[in-house]
Amino acid sequence: MRVHAKRAGVLLGGLMTPALSMADWTLNMSPGVTGTSNEIFSLHMTILWICVAIGIVVFGVMFWSIFAHRKSPGRKPANFHENTLVEILWTIIPLVILVVMAIPATATLVDMYDTSEADVDIKVTGYQWRWKYDYIDEEFGYFSNITTSDDEIYNRTEKTENYLLEVDNPMVVPVGAKIRLLVTANDVIHSWWVPAFGVKKDAIPGFVNETWTRVDEPGIYRGQCTELCGVKHGFMPVVVKAVPQDEYDAWVAEQKEAAQRERELTEKDWTLEELMARGEKAYASACAACHQADGSGAPPAFPALKGSKVTTEDMQAHLDIVVNGVSGTAMQAFGGQLSEVDLAAVITYERNAWGNDTGEMVTPKEVFEFKNQE
Amino acid sequence: MSAVADTHAQDDHHHGPAKGFSRWLLTTNHKDIGTMYLIFSFTMFLLGGTMAMVIRAELFQPGLQIVEPEFFNQMTTMHGLIMVFGAVMPAFVGLANWMIPLMVGAPDMALPRMNNWSFWLLPCAFLILVSTLFMEGGAPNFGWTFYAPLSTTYGPPSTTFFIFAVHIMGVSSIMGAINVIATILNMRAPGMTLMKMPLFVWTWLITAFLLIAVMPVLAGVVTMMLMDINFGTSFFDASGGGDPVLFQHVFWFFGHPEVYIMILPAFGAVSHIIPAFSRKPLFGYASMVYAVGAIALLSFVVWAHHMFTVGIPIAGQLFFMYATMLIAVPTGVKVFNWVATMFRGSLTFEAPMLFAVAFVILFTIGGFSGLMLAIAPADFQYHDTYFVVAHFHYVLVPGAIFGIFASAYFWLPKWTGHMYDETLGKTHFWLSFIGMNLAFFPMHFLGLAGMPRRIPDYALQFADFNMVSSIGAFMFGASQILFLVIVVKCVKGGEKASAQPWDGAEGLEWTVPSPAPYHTFATPPEVK
Repeated sequence: MRVHAKRAGVLLGGLMTPALSMADWTLNMSPGVTGTSNEIFSLHMTILWICVAIGIVVFGVMFWSIFAHRKSPGRKPANFHENTLVEILWTIIPLVILVVMAIPATATLVDMYDTSEADVDIKVTGYQWRWKYDYIDEEFGYFSNITTSDDEIYNRTEKTENYLLEVDNPMVVPVGAKIRLLVTANDVIHSWWVPAFGVKKDAIPGFVNETWTRVDEPGIYRGQCTELCGVKHGFMPVVVKAVPQDEYDAWVAEQKEAAQRERELTEKDWTLEELMARGEKAYASACAACHQADGSGAPPAFPALKGSKVTTEDMQAHLDIVVNGVSGTAMQAFGGQLSEVDLAAVITYERNAWGNDTGEMVTPKEVFEFKNQE
Repeated sequence: MSAVADTHAQDDHHHGPAKGFSRWLLTTNHKDIGTMYLIFSFTMFLLGGTMAMVIRAELFQPGLQIVEPEFFNQMTTMHGLIMVFGAVMPAFVGLANWMIPLMVGAPDMALPRMNNWSFWLLPCAFLILVSTLFMEGGAPNFGWTFYAPLSTTYGPPSTTFFIFAVHIMGVSSIMGAINVIATILNMRAPGMTLMKMPLFVWTWLITAFLLIAVMPVLAGVVTMMLMDINFGTSFFDASGGGDPVLFQHVFWFFGHPEVYIMILPAFGAVSHIIPAFSRKPLFGYASMVYAVGAIALLSFVVWAHHMFTVGIPIAGQLFFMYATMLIAVPTGVKVFNWVATMFRGSLTFEAPMLFAVAFVILFTIGGFSGLMLAIAPADFQYHDTYFVVAHFHYVLVPGAIFGIFASAYFWLPKWTGHMYDETLGKTHFWLSFIGMNLAFFPMHFLGLAGMPRRIPDYALQFADFNMVSSIGAFMFGASQILFLVIVVKCVKGGEKASAQPWDGAEGLEWTVPSPAPYHTFATPPEVK
């Protein structure tokens, strides 16, 4: 079936594009790199060919009429307007075709829903507008942000090959293992899609959806958020790097170690300069999407931070907004998203950047205490 | 013909239309109201079309050139809302107003004052909706499907105005539907039994029941949004114990019948036009009626096929997949019937027939992609990509819109008393046909290659087909100006139309003179 489907795809492509042979004129779905995506591809091709066949018959009769039964001198139209046998036939035959199509579709669906016995569990959380991947069993997690620059988006520099489809930290998975994905969201509904895996699952706040995949070939696979999630919906790509098991194990060990180092940083004594330097990076990844890199925001939905009361007056109120969010607005609770170090860095940065020069700083330890006093 | 002559004679000395603006503001005449609906609908079609041009202009090349993503989202949202509620639905109500009384031999709609009211609500609703573009924070930007919580917690301040506008549209549609049902069930000419009714009347009767069934559901879902936004409830807010998926269930319980509301009247109109220009009776009248009934009933049990990726349990997934596939059977019957009607007829291809034949072919292509989308596992790849955009534009543009154009050309002689310019009409058809296919066919490829919908910018591999699609869209958009020219020209003058300008057309509407007098069928005709 797979081979036939592939051949069929190539043939269809060839038939439809005699003059266009550029690689960019992709016409069809690609089979992908997982069992699921291959099954979907063959279902897709089967139903496509059934539709083409029905189309040829129906449109064939129609075009025959259009050419052969035109009005011409002496032409008398027929007068038939019923034929019970024909009418029953063209009700029954489509029904049979549908049953034939439903059988493999059902089998594929049952397979896609079997999320048991997974080797790796990854929690995927959609945020406006980035993804977070938590490796549940390994106790580490990180955000994955788009890295395409505004200069590329606004046509000030040449666009690179993976324009809009590149991130700082891709999801990393081992080849050949069954990966269970627990998909949810923090704010609005997103949808996590990697076409090459045949996996698309909505990330819905308050729900944890389950799906799974098993990648056959190492490589880098790219997809995008597919549920409208606000102004930067087009700018939250999904990138998954599939690597051999030993490479994956080494990567996990490294990540765990880094996570440990990060936790230790909370205890360190920070200076204002250190916090500002770290804060600038953390701000760019967590806050700039709404409040803008220059703190000007996009009122009324996203208030300016430059010169605002929140960032220049009461420190406790500022801390509270960042840690707990503002309910009923787009301001999320970052207490659970960012480490104490990053929270301290971001708040310190916001109070001193863009001419807010309050000279005040908050340390990771103070943030830790604030979070635990509640 | 004698009944017709009477009506006409009566008209000359009896009350004609009032003069000036009050004729239109206060009219209870079904023809005047029908005309106003059609003019309103075309205005909205141009407005929604302009927004589509903005969308396609931004998507002409990768990168952001013309509009910011925030405004782009407002454009996609408003384009969808205006086309669905402002262009397609009012056009069909306009056709119903004009044609149903003429087709069933009634002097007017059953509830003429309510008819006036249901029209005049519409400009009010759209004034509110369009004014949101100029409000602080901008117009609704969450897609025409306005999924919560993007449209509630995260929506712009103008969302409340949007909700109010939807309420008014709903009131208007429901009143229109009640009027249609009351007219059809009570005011048919003696002898016109249900199974002798013209198919346009049948399809509108069924559409009207769909409207009454689902517009209150839409009103319910926007009211829940209103509560969430302004009164502190948490219907759709997970952090307050609510359920964002509930929104989608309620919305699509309205939304799926809604798509049939936008296509069934076109089925009816095409079922008049194809026999007329094939000079042969419609094949399978009874099965056409049953098929429309079956489609309408099935449309209530397939809503979750819009939600295959939200994580509904497998049993639900299978039920909605099978139910959706089943719709292909009655839809297929209709297409086969139209083809069988043409078969061994004596065909000519004036503008109405061209649009009707294109309707059958292109709607069928939209039906095929619909069938593909019904296959739940495959839908995981198609869902929310340009494949879906291609699919619903194939059923709505050559479906609903071509159906409306076909009807307009078919009945223009009856409305105006003049023949339209056939050469221009055919030009309009071919430009629309080529432009439409150029705009929407490549979207299938884009979707299959992995381009998500509702994005203002895209990866480089999608660049070529997007450019083709934009060129097609500009062509389609520009050629609609031609339609305006044709209609204005036809209203102003042209070859005089006889009572029966199409030699194959049948029905009571062709027994009254062209243009149809202000009052018709004061004495009901007899149907044998």
